[in-house]
Amino acid sequence: MTQEQILSEKEISEIKDSFKHFPLKSAACIEGLKIVQKYHRWVSDEALKELAAILEMSVDAVDSVATYYNLIYRKPVGRHVIHVCNSVSCYIMGYDEIIAFLRHKLGIEYGETTADDRFTLLSVSCLGDCDHAPVLMIDDDLHQNLTTDKLEKILNNYE
Amino acid sequence: MKVKITIDDKIYEVDQETNLLEACLSLEMDLPYFCWHPELGSVAACRQCAIIKYKDDDDEKGKLVMACLEPVKEGMRISLQAPQAHDFRAHNIEALMINHPHDCPVCDEGGECHLQDMTVMTGHNYRRYRFNKRTHTNQYLGPFINHEMNRCIQCYRCTRFYNDYAGGKDFDVFASHDSVYFGRHEPGILENEFSGNLVEVCPTGVFTDKTFKKHFTRKWDLSNGPSICHNCSLGCNIIAGERYGSLRRIRSRYNGDVNGYFICDRGRFGYEYVNSENRICIPLKIENGESSPMPREQAVREISEITSGAKKLIGIGSPKASLESNFLLRQWVGSENFYAGIPANEGKLIRQVIKILKKGTVRTPSLSEVKGYDAVFILGEDVTNTAPMLALYLRQAAKNQPGEVAKDLKIPDWNDAATRVVVQNATGSVYIATFHATKLDEIATQSYYAHPDNIARLAYEVMAEIEGNFKDETKVEAMDNANQPLSSSIAKAMLAAKKPLIVAGTSLYSEAIVQSAAAVANALKEKGKDPGLVYVVPEVNSIGLSMLSEQFLEDAFDKTDSADATIILENDLYQRKDKSSIDAFLKYQKNIISLHYLENTTTHQANYVLPVGTFAEADGTVVSNEGRAQRFYKAHQPDNDIRSSWEWIQEIMMDKWGSASFDEIVSSMVREFPELERVQDAAPSAEFREETQKIPRETHRYSGRTAEDADKNVSEPKPPEDRNSALSYTMEGFTGVPPSAITPFYWTPGWNSVQAINKYQIEVGGELLGGNPGIRLFEPKETTDLDFSDHIPLQFSPKQDEYCGLPLYHIYGSDELSAQSPAVKERVPEAYIALNDDDALKNDIREDDMIEVSVNGEKKRFAVKLHKGISPGILGLPKGLTETAGTEFPFTATIKLISHE
Amino acid sequence: MEKPLTEHIKTDGTWLTLTEYEETGGYQGLRKALSMDPLAITKLVGDSGLKGRGGAGFPTGKKWSMIPMGKDAHYPKYFVVNADEMEPGSFKDRLLLETNPHQIIEGAIIGAFAIEANFSFIFLRWAYHKAAKAITQALQEAYEVGYLGKNILGSGFDLEMSLHISVGRYMCGEETALLNALEGKRAIPRAKPPYPVVSGLFGKPTIVNNVETICNVPHILAKGADWFMKLSKSEGEGGTKLYGASGRVKNPGLWELPLGTTLREILEVHAGGMQDGYSFKGVLPGGGSTDFLTDEHLDTPMDFESVQKVGSRMGTGTIIVLDDKTCPIGMLRSLEHFFAHESCGWCTPCREGLPWTAKLLDAIDAGRGKMKDLETLEFHTKYMAPGNTFCALAPGAMEPLQSALKYFRYDFEKHIHEQKCPWKS
Ligand SMILES: Cc1cc2nc3c(=O)[nH]c(=O)nc-3n(C[C@H](O)[C@H](O)[C@H](O)COP(=O)(O)O)c2cc1C
Ligand code: SF4
Ligand code: FES
Repeated sequence: MTQEQILSEKEISEIKDSFKHFPLKSAACIEGLKIVQKYHRWVSDEALKELAAILEMSVDAVDSVATYYNLIYRKPVGRHVIHVCNSVSCYIMGYDEIIAFLRHKLGIEYGETTADDRFTLLSVSCLGDCDHAPVLMIDDDLHQNLTTDKLEKILNNYE
Repeated sequence: MKVKITIDDKIYEVDQETNLLEACLSLEMDLPYFCWHPELGSVAACRQCAIIKYKDDDDEKGKLVMACLEPVKEGMRISLQAPQAHDFRAHNIEALMINHPHDCPVCDEGGECHLQDMTVMTGHNYRRYRFNKRTHTNQYLGPFINHEMNRCIQCYRCTRFYNDYAGGKDFDVFASHDSVYFGRHEPGILENEFSGNLVEVCPTGVFTDKTFKKHFTRKWDLSNGPSICHNCSLGCNIIAGERYGSLRRIRSRYNGDVNGYFICDRGRFGYEYVNSENRICIPLKIENGESSPMPREQAVREISEITSGAKKLIGIGSPKASLESNFLLRQWVGSENFYAGIPANEGKLIRQVIKILKKGTVRTPSLSEVKGYDAVFILGEDVTNTAPMLALYLRQAAKNQPGEVAKDLKIPDWNDAATRVVVQNATGSVYIATFHATKLDEIATQSYYAHPDNIARLAYEVMAEIEGNFKDETKVEAMDNANQPLSSSIAKAMLAAKKPLIVAGTSLYSEAIVQSAAAVANALKEKGKDPGLVYVVPEVNSIGLSMLSEQFLEDAFDKTDSADATIILENDLYQRKDKSSIDAFLKYQKNIISLHYLENTTTHQANYVLPVGTFAEADGTVVSNEGRAQRFYKAHQPDNDIRSSWEWIQEIMMDKWGSASFDEIVSSMVREFPELERVQDAAPSAEFREETQKIPRETHRYSGRTAEDADKNVSEPKPPEDRNSALSYTMEGFTGVPPSAITPFYWTPGWNSVQAINKYQIEVGGELLGGNPGIRLFEPKETTDLDFSDHIPLQFSPKQDEYCGLPLYHIYGSDELSAQSPAVKERVPEAYIALNDDDALKNDIREDDMIEVSVNGEKKRFAVKLHKGISPGILGLPKGLTETAGTEFPFTATIKLISHE
Repeated sequence: MEKPLTEHIKTDGTWLTLTEYEETGGYQGLRKALSMDPLAITKLVGDSGLKGRGGAGFPTGKKWSMIPMGKDAHYPKYFVVNADEMEPGSFKDRLLLETNPHQIIEGAIIGAFAIEANFSFIFLRWAYHKAAKAITQALQEAYEVGYLGKNILGSGFDLEMSLHISVGRYMCGEETALLNALEGKRAIPRAKPPYPVVSGLFGKPTIVNNVETICNVPHILAKGADWFMKLSKSEGEGGTKLYGASGRVKNPGLWELPLGTTLREILEVHAGGMQDGYSFKGVLPGGGSTDFLTDEHLDTPMDFESVQKVGSRMGTGTIIVLDDKTCPIGMLRSLEHFFAHESCGWCTPCREGLPWTAKLLDAIDAGRGKMKDLETLEFHTKYMAPGNTFCALAPGAMEPLQSALKYFRYDFEKHIHEQKCPWKS
């Protein structure tokens, strides 16, 4: 009954490599979650179990940490994740318009993924770019001083 | 040390080592709290214990602080009543309650809910929150625990108990902000052996007792017996609650010396057999295989006729029965005809343990004292399964060494959060030598798996190292993690400790283990250490029984044909020895009289069966592994013929014992067995009165008594009288705090939940008022003539095709009675045989294969489990399962592969 | 006007490499430090009047001096740089991280040396991808030339430094929660005492300092305490400060100015005043968890003490401007939802009180408010006052609310009376 392993040897060695920074293996828990997510976009139950075994932690303990943080996804996400800053400066500078546009354009609400698996829409707390508000992030790219026109074009760059 | 502090303008003396919450509670003040727990310490999460602390005498405003996290300081001034503190506490409850479902009428916790009590205490009664409540889905958590997350007030006690304290792995807190969720990462059985404590640790109804739910009744409608758990030898104190003739639930009864606040799941949920369909409730007469009920008087008459004229009677006692029942049986049949109903190898070992307890110089700590030791060496016992609560407290002991650093940093030990930051997951020196991997290995510095003889040899080597004269010829090949002889690292660790603890027991039937443990402990004592020595024995009254007799089952078998009647007390002999020898014995008995609770193979062969009380319907005394004599009391007086075994014997021997009270029976026993003298002091006598009143088993709110039988009779019947104890079967009587040994429930004004226990203690978390219950029969001696130092056994080496069979213990399954409780039964494993990987490979055996095991020509088939760490040449067989009951250990066996899976 | 922190940064969007940094005098402070007695470094930093730039303004030298030193101290000790910057409206550390990573590393090495720490972490927020690249490269360069690793510059001092990238939670910025996050745990704050200086990361003595705080350290070492003190316009607080402004100002941005520059100067001179068509209504002077200030406070010097005196906090020094076309209730909603969501869920007032607050603001904003709600909000600001909660998150969340209830009461009442938001048509 050997199930297929989710984590690749490469991931495992990356996770083990992060042990060296800490006196305890369990301290690499967050690091491990990030590595898993980097390769799989999200952290599935199966991946979580394998990670727990590497960290010599219980699955519950790892999940406790995983579910605490905003940016560990315990549900599948689309090919691109849009993080819309909903904090105060962006609010002042026109967040409402941006989110209304996205909702309409993508036909999804926060937490949802488009049917074609292209975008997942999430809110994010202040992106630390308030002097260029409103802003959002798609994957690792920060997009500043947004207007709906600009956003329309930006979206086209993500397949 | 005591210091003076001012609370609301009055000066009080309080303990300096503590925090203000504990201090106030110890002063009997009402200060609400949730996250703090006397055993789990302070984390200041719930913010409910807020008080005002003043800088100095001139400070009028003061500062709001959490009492649970504020150390007591000489001369400090605080206020509980200041409006600012009072308002904050009320508002805090208001906030805590915004998402609470207010479903008290349908909640199992209702009426004994700490949240209810605290809400009333703070005076919060008007709800301003006008939005929707958040809701959660609940999880299936197995047969023991019910989950209702919506009631959660996020005090974090559950995970702090389950994960941090009990070492649980399959539970945690998930998510964040106001959606934090306490449960498992996916639904499933809570694995930890102490999960049941969540029921009491949770201040509201998130975790409730699923077995209680099956026949729920309100707390105030229970009739309660202060009792002793009968499921292992530790003697944890429990409260047994009854309603309408059935036992409804078990709760932990605080005993600061024994179990403290907690009990294990076998103890809590293993009671259901008491209500079993197989329960014998009326006397039975069995003729030609037909069993027929008979009236009590007739049964008594017939049995007295048979026995009074008899030339010879045989009496077989039981480690599950009280001292009093065993003693009266012995009186009935005569001392020379009384046999402890256990095999001789077990009995002799227990007598060996008693001898060590009696004559040795090393202290046997009480169960809760175990928490105070700082290095542990376990010999042979799978503690989690043979003495679960001991395992819980060994886990705490393991934190002492790393905890020293926290002390260095002046972090008080009640400051749980801060202590844990320092300790992280470090454990102190814990060495475990067993024949297979055990659950406690996870806290072990190192584990060593070997045959009992080799375990003993390791112990002797440790002894020699401690004494400083290591002899090479005893050498065991065990190495430690640094490839040094394991014995020397163990010896060093024990010598480095302030209080080393040696744990052993009889579970592997090894005299060498029992003796070598004493030898190590003695050596430590000689070196000026303050060691402890704990022996685990099999059953609740193993020690008591073995003090009454040095004759065992085999001795009785030798006398097979000569007796006119054989009386078997609370004992299914088929659990004790192999079927053929029991069959052979019983076959020759003319009249078999069995006193038992449940139908079983032994009762089926009896001529008469008398229905006797389990712990819930009997009074008596049992002696725990520590040598602590403790009294247990009926939860109620059954309205059928069930009564204590000793009461039956008393009735049968009317002319001799008829008028004797329980206390008089104890006195006679003590006259005969001076060693038991202090048993008399184990609890107040039946004459005891508090303000001229008896102690009621029922709360003053007990409802519906007058209506109970309204369909038959409108006049209220006279409640049964209890002439054997200072307890009454009514709700009337003394309403204050009774003596600790006869406390049937906890209640004080405003405190309806178990948290009322604070008011029954001298100081919070400390001794009960009037002292913790139970009397230690043995104390260490100044000097001893015991010397086991040269009883070194020969080395065990695996034979070619022959295996040594040893018992594997299961918390759910190895104890015959609890295993018959439906909830526990769900957790009992299927029978299997455990093999070492190499031995399996050698025989081409894989996991789950079916193999045949031959023991003395008798063949049995089992599926195989490859058991981690089991040592070569050894077979492990679960003890006490239906399929393995009666197997005697150790056995010699050969194996044969029958079929691959 | 001297701008030690930012004068050398490049305008082409790249960060200073090791060589470039050294050319501007980089790592001179470290060389000096390594020749000094650790205690003397701490004293020097103390004398400079450097106050923590993480928000609370705790004197840095004083913090370092609380670390147990010498043989009896517990080892290893840790030096942690707090680069989590997640306070709404704050974006000052980002600049330092993205433009001059070596400045931070040098500061941290000096700090570690001063407290005898052999391990150091830079705790970076997830969203700062460019900063992550900069720091990673800079760490590698520093290791290569021996500013990090064993026997640094032959001094006998060893230091391992690594970058930890967080997975997002405002709580991680709180120093004790940050330590839990570094231990791989849920970022829940820890009770104090014991303070991290006594029992910090893995229970060992630990210093946590903000990025900007740390960036000042090399300069103090290189140029002295007096020089540093004189950079400031304010009494007793040394140095320059990164001030920022966001909202409807003409020129939102970030400027290094003498500590104690007035709010007015920042807003009117550097931020260029309000955009056309918008007029000034109020400011949060130091990020989302500070009290509103209004017109009357504009001449307040932006230093820790002065801002406190007028009833707010300097916080991070990044100003959020509220204009007349933005509904203050809407702005508060945004803030309180943020705080409610970022609550760790540990203590009752914060976990339950903040969502309640947010829902009340929602109701008022949506035209379902009741006058009684204002009392409830008022009550929340007291219920979640400093000291009542486990950490400073919830009290911080109450600062904009309590001041808004004071300064914008009219707007609240208008919402309730009209049962709609006056800013929405
Ligand atoms: C909820 C909360 C969030 C915080 N976030 C940050 C942060 O992102 N960056 C930071 O430097 N300090 C933050 N702080 C302050 C830190 O706890 C700490 O005071 C600071 O890092 C100390 O550095 P300093 O002495 O150099 O100012 C936060 C505090 C709280 C209560
Ligand atoms: S489940 Fe119970 S014990 Fe756990 S936090 Fe909630 S109320 Fe407390
Ligand atoms: S009991 Fe003190 S804060 Fe919870």
